[in-house]
Amino acid sequence: MSRKTVTVTILLLIALACVLPFVLKSYHTFQATLVLVYAIALLGLNILTGYNGQISLGHGAFYAIGAYCAAILMDQAGLPYWATIPIAAAVCLLVGFLFGLPALRLEGLYLALATFALAVSMPPILKSHLLEKWTGGVQGIVIVKPDPPAFLGAAGIKLNADQWLYFFSLAVAIVLFIVGWNLISGRIGRALVAIRDHHTAAEAMGIHTALYKSLAFGVSAMYTGVAGALGAIAVQFVAPDSFNVFLSITFLVGIVVGGLASLPGALYGALFIQFVPNIADELSKAAPWAVFGVFLIGFVYLMPTGVAGAVRTLRRRLGSGKLFPLSKEEALP
Amino acid sequence: MKSRLVTFAGLLALALAMPVAAQKKYDAGASDKEIKIGNTNPYSGPASAYGAIGKSIAAYFRMVNERGGINGRRINFVTYDDGYSPPKTVEMVRKLVEQDEVLLVFQPLGTPSNTAIQKYMNGKKVPQLFVATGATKWNDPKHFPWTMGWQPNYQTEARIYAKHILDTKPNAKIAVLYQNDDYGKDYLKGFEDGLGAKKNMIVAKASYEVSEPTVDSQILQLKSSGADVFFNITTPKFAAQAIRAAYDTGWKPTHYLNNVSNSVGSVLKPAGLEKAVGVITSAYLKDPTDKRWANDAAMKTWREFMAKYNPEGDLSDPFNVYGYTVAATLEQVLKQCGDTLTRENVMKQAASLKRFRVDTMLPGISITTSPSDFAPIEAVQLERFNGQQFELFGEVISAEQ
Repeated sequence: MSRKTVTVTILLLIALACVLPFVLKSYHTFQATLVLVYAIALLGLNILTGYNGQISLGHGAFYAIGAYCAAILMDQAGLPYWATIPIAAAVCLLVGFLFGLPALRLEGLYLALATFALAVSMPPILKSHLLEKWTGGVQGIVIVKPDPPAFLGAAGIKLNADQWLYFFSLAVAIVLFIVGWNLISGRIGRALVAIRDHHTAAEAMGIHTALYKSLAFGVSAMYTGVAGALGAIAVQFVAPDSFNVFLSITFLVGIVVGGLASLPGALYGALFIQFVPNIADELSKAAPWAVFGVFLIGFVYLMPTGVAGAVRTLRRRLGSGKLFPLSKEEALP
Repeated sequence: MKSRLVTFAGLLALALAMPVAAQKKYDAGASDKEIKIGNTNPYSGPASAYGAIGKSIAAYFRMVNERGGINGRRINFVTYDDGYSPPKTVEMVRKLVEQDEVLLVFQPLGTPSNTAIQKYMNGKKVPQLFVATGATKWNDPKHFPWTMGWQPNYQTEARIYAKHILDTKPNAKIAVLYQNDDYGKDYLKGFEDGLGAKKNMIVAKASYEVSEPTVDSQILQLKSSGADVFFNITTPKFAAQAIRAAYDTGWKPTHYLNNVSNSVGSVLKPAGLEKAVGVITSAYLKDPTDKRWANDAAMKTWREFMAKYNPEGDLSDPFNVYGYTVAATLEQVLKQCGDTLTRENVMKQAASLKRFRVDTMLPGISITTSPSDFAPIEAVQLERFNGQQFELFGEVISAEQ
């Protein structure tokens, strides 16, 4: 596919995304906002795991930090919601970078365990007595949903709170995806992939692996933290129970199903983790997670390279003019 | 002339009939045929044991529908899994209100989950009725007129223990152990309020964090205060530790244990049944495993209900009695609503229950509410552990003001 068609497709998608909130009910608009939020979080995790090969089972913790940053700043400091996003980003970038430094010594599964510990310890830390003054302890913090800015009303554009928040999240998501794309397709992205594919070779080529790996951690945490802040504003509530270990695992499921090392994969993964549990619940009240498991196995079996990989293959087949079957030589990349 | 009279009579009849027809009033979710009720429950995740409540409520309404519904309308009970995760609760409740357009949201479960939706429900003016949590804050009709609790709240329960201590041991020296969070403090506040002027009977207080491995040092500290009454405000794991530690150190206070941890299987057994003899706690529903109710008519009806409508349900699980009883309470509220099925009237009728009883509640316990009293069950009966099971004793004690 040529660069031009990619651009056209992306512009069409953005146009579609802009029309959505006007045809959907506000509850569905809210769900669409959550999809954008998850997409940002998954993009963050994908930079770390997909491109750099570091497995994290603890991104729920960064999501929680971002969420609490937004909630505390809005609740205690009275900051407007939009101002909390860059602060949450900065805090998570720093925390992620610092966590990345010692994590450098850990490879593969050991890193997974260390980050898992981070995810496990997050709820008790948030509940802790010492932080209760800010975090609200077990009770959490209820925040007010932002209204659309006055200038829109003055310009004659009438949006409800859900629609406004959707557009706000969409704007943030577009910016972060462009930044992510620039990061990945340039020198830094090649360095990250080189480290993933062959650590020693990358070092021999003169890549400062320690710096890049910590940086990947920091940037990844930053993305997820921004997602957390947006998510908190959309849900209007944060509590320790919202950020358990399962959230981190859900993120990992999201990037694997969506497609590792793929930008659109983040969006597919977000759609999966947002809607498939709901479908599973509709199908069975007795064992929703068993149904979810069947879906998961189905996806992994049918699309071993994630939805993004399947879409790529499909596109190639369409391009070559024959859907089925491809000869062995053609199927191999 | 005659025909004119007939016409007049006819018009008069029509005029009289008009207001009758106009009295049928519906909000979203109600019609001549159906009442739509929404609910969220943790069918999956860490708190999925509570899912039994949602299932038994659904079973109850299946039974109601088979009997012909409520005032001729069938109940459409829509329940979603929220996995005990507040963001999911928000999403699901919004789905119930905005897409499914339910008349009310009934029994959403969990304190954080209900906190997450409270502002939304009150903003939308949709009843958040009979929530499944014991926090005291649901009884706040002034600020949240669309939210109401159901079970005895923590403060009510603690006031009842205080009352019992004042009645039986007016010179007691009391030690309190509590979990340092909103739940523990809720109990402590009710207890201190209950003691009132005699608050100085409390000679020692110790708290613990859920992250602490044990409460042994707190027990030693409380024991050394010389207290002869111990109020144990702890969740199951710590309750078991506290019971064992108190016994092992030779401290023999009169031991009050909060209702949260009154499970024989998950608290007293791990602590050691012989170490828990004499522990006092409270109950408001009939315990399905209690032999005294083996031939009780109400529990027989309940068991028949379980066999017919909820056959997968566990007959020893008190949550199944809970679901049945709370669903029966809603049935009464909807009966009282008659043909005026508006959200406002649902709250109004829920706030005007007068000595309403479901016979799976302990004898002598009933529900009374008013526009300023959004705490339905406010009485419990005390029970003491005899080494085998809990035995009810004394009268039903009410904290109703």
